[in-house]
Amino acid sequence: MRPGFADPVLDAQAAFRAVMEAMARPGRVLRLAAPPAPPPPLAPAAAAALLALADAETPLWTDAPEEARGWIAFHSGAPLLAAPGEAEFLLATAAMPPLGLLRAGSDEAPQEGATLILQVEALRPGAGWRLSGPGIAEEHRLAVCGLPADFPAQWAANAARFPRGVDLVLAAGDALAAFPRTLRIEEGG
Amino acid sequence: MIRRAILKAIAIPGHQIPFGAREMPLPYGWGTGGIQVTASILGPSDVLKVIDQGADDTTNAVSIRRFFARTAGVATTTRTAEATVIQTRHRIPERPLREDQILVFQVPMPEPLFRLEPRLAETRRLHALADYSLAQVKLYEDIAQQGESASSYNHPVLVNGRYLMSPSPIPGFDNPKLDRNPALLLFGAGREKKIYAVPPYTPVKSLDFDDHPFAPMRAPHPCALCGSTAHYLDEIVTDDRGGRMFVCSDTDACADAAAGAPR
Repeated sequence: MRPGFADPVLDAQAAFRAVMEAMARPGRVLRLAAPPAPPPPLAPAAAAALLALADAETPLWTDAPEEARGWIAFHSGAPLLAAPGEAEFLLATAAMPPLGLLRAGSDEAPQEGATLILQVEALRPGAGWRLSGPGIAEEHRLAVCGLPADFPAQWAANAARFPRGVDLVLAAGDALAAFPRTLRIEEGG
Repeated sequence: MIRRAILKAIAIPGHQIPFGAREMPLPYGWGTGGIQVTASILGPSDVLKVIDQGADDTTNAVSIRRFFARTAGVATTTRTAEATVIQTRHRIPERPLREDQILVFQVPMPEPLFRLEPRLAETRRLHALADYSLAQVKLYEDIAQQGESASSYNHPVLVNGRYLMSPSPIPGFDNPKLDRNPALLLFGAGREKKIYAVPPYTPVKSLDFDDHPFAPMRAPHPCALCGSTAHYLDEIVTDDRGGRMFVCSDTDACADAAAGAPR
C-alpha cells in the first residue's frame, strides 16, 4: 500500500486551499506543492483533493481499478458505492459519468449536489473556452483536453438548473482547476 | 466537513449551508462561526488579522488573534495590507482588499428574513423559490413611513441576482464594498450553524427600489484623530455632559491616515 499525505494535517490543508482557490476563481489552474503519490491511474492532484475532502461521512463512487480503490478506501475511509447516482463525491479516472445522472440536490438544499473530481489529460490556461461568472473579473480562458465532445451541452444543462447542480474539480497530473455550477462556458474564438 | 461546506458555499453564492458547528473555547456571539471558518482555511504561510468593529485592539480581536498565534503558530498582524486572512466582526476594512486576501465574517444571524418569517422551514422554501417579497414590503413600509430605509446596518443584499443574504451586521456604509470585491468573502455563523460565501468579483446589490436607491450613511464629520472625511466613523461619548467625538472605526486605516501617507 502506498502512503497518503506525508503530513496529513498540513498537506490536507494545502490541498483544500488549492481546491478552494480553484473553486473561487473558476478556470484558474493551481499546482499542488506536495501531493501524495497514489497508485495508477490516479492523478496526484485528484488524489490530494479526494483525501482532503472525503471521509467516512461521504459516500464515494469511483471507476478506478482494484488497487486504487483499496488505496482510496484505506486513506479516506469513505464508503465506496457501486452506482454514481447516490454519491456525494465521485472520482472519474476514465470516462466522465453523465452529469445529468449525478446527485444535484434540491431547490431547498442545493448543497447536496455532488462534487465530481474528473481526471483529464491536460489543463491549458490562456486559450480555449471563455469562462465567466462569479469569481471571474472579466473572463478566464482555459483549454481542457480529454473531456467528452458534448461537455459544453451537458454543462449548460447543469448550469440551467441552478441552484441545483454538480460541481466539478478537474485534475491533470499535479494541477487542478474547478468548475462551480455558476460557471458559464463559451466556445473560444 | 466545514471545508466541504465552504466549497459548496462558494459554488452557490449567498446560499446558507448548514454545518455541524463545534464547541468553541468561547461563548456564542464572540465569533465561534468565524473562528471555525478561519481554523479550517488557515495554513503556515498565512498572516492573520482580526478586527472587531474595525478595531484591532479590542478584547475580542486581541483574544482571537492570540488564540490562533498560540494554537496554530500562525503569523499575525494589525496591518490590512500585510494580512492574507482577515477575520472580522461587523466591518470591512477601509483599504481595498486584494485577490490574495480572504475576509472571514463573524455572523450572529445568517437569515436575512429572520425578523419577517420566524419559521426556518418556511425561509428555506422562500429562498428556494427566490421569493423575497417580504423583504421588499418591509423596505417599502420603511420608506413610506420614514422616507428612507430603517436599517442603518445589516441591510440585506441580493447576491449574483439570486439569493438574498444577510451581510452580517456591517453598516450600510460597507455594503457597496461587497460588490465585485477581488477578495473571497466567507461568512460563519456558529450558533445558527450556517456557512455562506461570496466569491470574488460577484455582483452584490443592496436591496432597494429604482426610485429609492440604496444610500449608505456616514456621520457628517471628519475623524477627530486623523481628519479623514472618507472613513466610517464611531461616535464616542467622552463625558456625561454631552461631549462626544467621532473617530475612524478602522484603527489601521486611521493610523495610516494620521501618519500622512498610505503605506
